[in-house]
Formats: sequence, structure tokens, C-alpha cells
Amino acid sequence: MQALPAADAENPHARRATPMGWWLLAPMLIWLALFVVAPLLILVVYSFCSRDDLGRVVFDFTWTNYARVFDDTYLKILARSVGYAALTTLICVAAGFPAGWFIARRPPAVRNRLLLLVMIPFWTSFLIRTYAWIAILKSEGLLNATLLSARVIPQPLELLYTPVAVVIGLVYAYLPFMILPVYGSAEKLDNALVEAAHDLGAGPLRAFSEVIIPLTWPGIAAGVLLVFVPAIGMFAITDLMGGAKVAMIGNVIQNQVFKARNLPFAAALGVVFTLLFVASYLALQWRGRRARA
Amino acid sequence: MSDPEFMIDVRAVTKRFGDFTAVNDITLGVRAGEFITLLGPSGCGKTTLLRMLSGFETPDEGSIRIEGNDVTRLAPYRRNVNQVFQSYALFPHLSVRDNIAFGLRMQKVGDEETRRRVAEVVDLVALGGFEDRMPHQLSGGQRQRVALARAIVPKPAVLLLDEPLSALDAKLRRQMQVELKRLQKRLGMTFVFVTHDQEEALTMSDRVAVMNRGRVEQLGTATEIYHRPASGFVADFIGESNSLPAELLAREDAAVRVRLQGGLELRVPRAAWPADATRALVSVRPEKVCVSKRPIEGAENGFQAVIAEEIFQGALDHLVLRTDAGTVLSAVVANESAIMEALHEGDRVWCGLHFDDLVILPALA
Repeated sequence: MQALPAADAENPHARRATPMGWWLLAPMLIWLALFVVAPLLILVVYSFCSRDDLGRVVFDFTWTNYARVFDDTYLKILARSVGYAALTTLICVAAGFPAGWFIARRPPAVRNRLLLLVMIPFWTSFLIRTYAWIAILKSEGLLNATLLSARVIPQPLELLYTPVAVVIGLVYAYLPFMILPVYGSAEKLDNALVEAAHDLGAGPLRAFSEVIIPLTWPGIAAGVLLVFVPAIGMFAITDLMGGAKVAMIGNVIQNQVFKARNLPFAAALGVVFTLLFVASYLALQWRGRRARA
Repeated sequence: MSDPEFMIDVRAVTKRFGDFTAVNDITLGVRAGEFITLLGPSGCGKTTLLRMLSGFETPDEGSIRIEGNDVTRLAPYRRNVNQVFQSYALFPHLSVRDNIAFGLRMQKVGDEETRRRVAEVVDLVALGGFEDRMPHQLSGGQRQRVALARAIVPKPAVLLLDEPLSALDAKLRRQMQVELKRLQKRLGMTFVFVTHDQEEALTMSDRVAVMNRGRVEQLGTATEIYHRPASGFVADFIGESNSLPAELLAREDAAVRVRLQGGLELRVPRAAWPADATRALVSVRPEKVCVSKRPIEGAENGFQAVIAEEIFQGALDHLVLRTDAGTVLSAVVANESAIMEALHEGDRVWCGLHFDDLVILPALA
């Protein structure tokens, strides 16, 4: 035991990984290993298997499941899912960025109240909220009743069970996941930096593109991931608000598991899908590094 | 109409935040090439006034002209004015070079000229070799230089500096004071400098505007505001001073006789005494109180006192004098060489006050 650190020792208070640190991480690591890594491995193994007539997994090695994923039918559905998720993300950025920015620029007391408003929907079950949307959008629902009585429209709009309803549902569900991370980085942005940009001759647009966007980019990127990734896989909203008409990749996987009982094919879809997430994440990271450089 | 003499022409400007009047009817003219300092305690309105010059606040009343143009309501990015921020506000995602070039890029100055002007200013603030560093890789002093370089490279008509030295340590601050003053002379640029540090204000400025409660209490050169404070606030805020209420006893030919609080009787120049007043404030700097163990000849006011307290301050000795009449005065004397007589606590001394060193101020209401 040394009473004093050696003269050339580094700062003893500097943070570094110690055995103690690993012990603290252990519960999380065990959880991740059991419930994330292990299922992923099972998924990969299943995706190369085939099924017998009763829907049981037969452990052989085949590429047929992957070949089927790249069948036109499924590629179209995948493309459609990506399209819906991208549109949802775009709308969430367009609506969520100003909201997050606005909240972050309020005085602290007002800020906390506004954040509470953003989070209030989480107090109610997601499914109940989705059914509420159905009640609003259906042909004899709240929206149509209001518009009809105000004589804005001559007959009820067909909204429910259309792509529009799906996008409304997706944006509604994921908007807070854009607002909160944007708020997080906007709140940390020193207002003097925005003033400095104006002071040096940057009008509102230049200050926005040259200073505000690059400095809130981590929040935007986090929001994009938090919205885009789950939106691709979402099946509850597409099921309930899109009817059976708007099938997305999540619905296909759900059907393959519970109705067609083709676990290997569902696994292959899942693996491709996961790789897509990883690719989009890396793309964002790369974009972020370029924005910072 | 604008006065062509002034680079900055502030007319009757008032700014309120809710019930609080931050700037109260200020009129101020700053000449081209002048180094002017807004000096005052926190909350005196100096920063608000600066922010109205940069355009981040808009006056509720009054007008501001810069280079003869009315900029009262002009957006900050349309003003030919740049600011050095207290926190420096360097863009953390841009290198030193890109930070400095930001203003030129916004003005759409060509690449070639941008390179040349950035190189020039980097040289001017001695930042050579640091162009590719990021702000977080710089020391406080270096960041300060980047902030300065970034603000002067667009060649603004006026440079605004918001307590730019307050984050530096004492030694670096003194060094930067000298450098800033030198830079300002070399560029011939109009500087408006905000500080609460009187030493900073006195060493650098051509003129100082001493501010208090949203008003300019006095505008003058460093020596004017130090030796001829216009109000009790200025006398107290700038340096140390003995400011004592005085009561008129009698008028003589060239002087009036007054009695200070505590009982000491003095003769002060009659011309300095407010015409009809029977009461006023007599202010004298501690270093202007002459203290000796022998009687002092030739002083208008001579009296005797006892050194009640002696506070050692290195090169200086701070003395608290109790005059025989009962008035307590502070005095500062140089710590004398061994050849000279030594003054110590408990010593009986003769004191003298020269006419010219007595400042008469209107009595506080």
C-alpha cells in the first residue's frame, strides 16, 4: 500500500475503468446478454433453418429464407415500410425541432411545464390512445362530425384505414421521441453563440444552418433514430389504423410468426431488418462526424 | 439630426424590463477612434446599453445612431458593429480559423481575401500556429484572442467588448489590458468597453462613463473622474475616498469655513462651495492627506491627529487618523525608506490638506 501517489502518478481522481466499474455494469451486461444478444443469435440461427409441415423449426442450413426476403413482394413491403417511416421521421423533425427549440428557449419554470405537457400522453396506455385516434378519425367520428356541423365538408372524409391515418398515428406516437432529444441539445446551446452568429452578420437562416443545426445535430440524430427505427417495425398502429390494407414489414413478420407459423422466414426478415437499422445508424454517425468536421 | 462629430450618438435612450428601468434617459456621444469604457457596478445598465448598441435589445425610447445612420431598430446582423462576448461565445464546432473567418464568410468575402485577412489578424493577435485547433483545445487567454480576432476581422466601425477580461487571471488580465489598448490605437477603431473593474477602466480608456442605476453619473477622462468626481457615487466607486458631510460655518474672501462630520473644521475654496448651500459633501482621497511628525507649512488646512490604526499593504501603509476634533480620516502613505521618519500606530502627527485636493459635492438629498 502506498500512502501517497508516486510523483509521476497521474491524477488519482481521474476517471478510469476499474474492476469495481465492471461489477456495477454487471446487472445490465447480464440482462443484455440474456435478452438481447442471445435472442439475436437464436434469430440468426433460425433464419438459416427450415420448417416442417407442422411449423416446427428444422435445424438444417439453407439460404432459401433470405432468397425469399428479396422476393419482389417483400422488397416492396420493406420499401413501403421505409417510406412510411421516413415520412414519419420527416414530419417529426419538421414539427419536433421547432417545438424542442421553443421549449428550450423558455425560462426554466415554463420549460418544465411544457415538458410535462409533452410527456402527459405516456401516462395513458399506447393502445388506448390509438383507439382514441380511431374514435376521432372514423367516418362518424369526432373530426368528421365537427367538420360536417361547421359545413366545411359536404360528406364525411374517409380517413381511417388509409395511409394518411397510418402516418397520423405514427407521427402522433413518435413525436415526443423527437422533441425530447432536440430539447436536450437545444437547452445546452449557449444563447451567446446564436447572438455571436447574428453579430457577425448571419441572418436568421444562416445562423440556423451554420450554428444551430450543427450544434443541435446530436439531438436531431438521436431523435431520427428514435423515430425512424421503431416506426419501420411498428405493427400495432398499421394494424389498427391502417386496417389490413397498409401492410408494413412489422405486420408481415407478425403474420409469419402467428399465422403462417414460419419462424425461419420471420427470423430472416428480422435479421435483414436489424441490419438495416445498423446501416442507418452508421450512416447517421458518419453524417454527424462530417457535420462536426 | 445626427452630429457628424460622433461615431456613436445615443440620444435619450431608455430601456425597461418590466418594472425595472435598466437604462434611464442616457445621452452619450462617442467620437471615432475613441476608447470609451462603461464602468459601473452590476445592474447599473452598462451591459444593457452595450446590447442596444449591438442590436440585441431595442430601446423603449430614444434613438441610436452609428456612423450617422439610425440603427435604433436595426437587426444585429445588419449593423457595422461587432462584439467580443464575455463568455467569448466561440463556435465549438469550428476551428480557430473558421471561427475567425465566420464574419467574412457571412459577408461573402472571396476565399483569397478571406485567407489573407484571417492570416493578418491571426498575426495581429499572435495566434500563429493555432489556426487548426478547436476552441476546447485552447487556454482561456488564447480563446480571448480568438474572440477578439473574430470580432475585428470584418473591420467593424465599432467594437463592443463585454467584460472580455473578467475570466482571465490577474496577471494575464493586466497584460491583455496593455495589448488591447495598443491594438485599438493601431487599428484606430472605436472601442466601447464594459467593465465593473475601475483599474481596467482607468488604464485603458480615453474616456470613462461611470454608470449607476441606469444613468451616466459622469463622463470624463480617467484623471477627471478620479480627481474631480462629479458625485458622491463616483467618488466612492472610483478608488478610495473620505467623503464626509460638511456644514457651512462662515464665508471668507476666498474660502468658506466648514465643519466636517465629527467636528474637524476646514477651509475650502469658496468657488467650489455650492452658492446657496449650507451643507455639502467634502471628499478627499486618502493619498492626498499629508501626514508628518513635524508641523506642515504652507497647507491651507493643518490639524493634529493620532494614528488610531495602521494597516500594512506592502508598498503602502493605510492609516486611520483620529483628529483632535474627533473626525476620522483615512490616509495612505508610502512605506518610507529607513532615512525617513517612521509612522506607527499611536503616534501623534500633523496633517495637511491642500485646497486643490478637496472636492466639494452636493449634499445627498
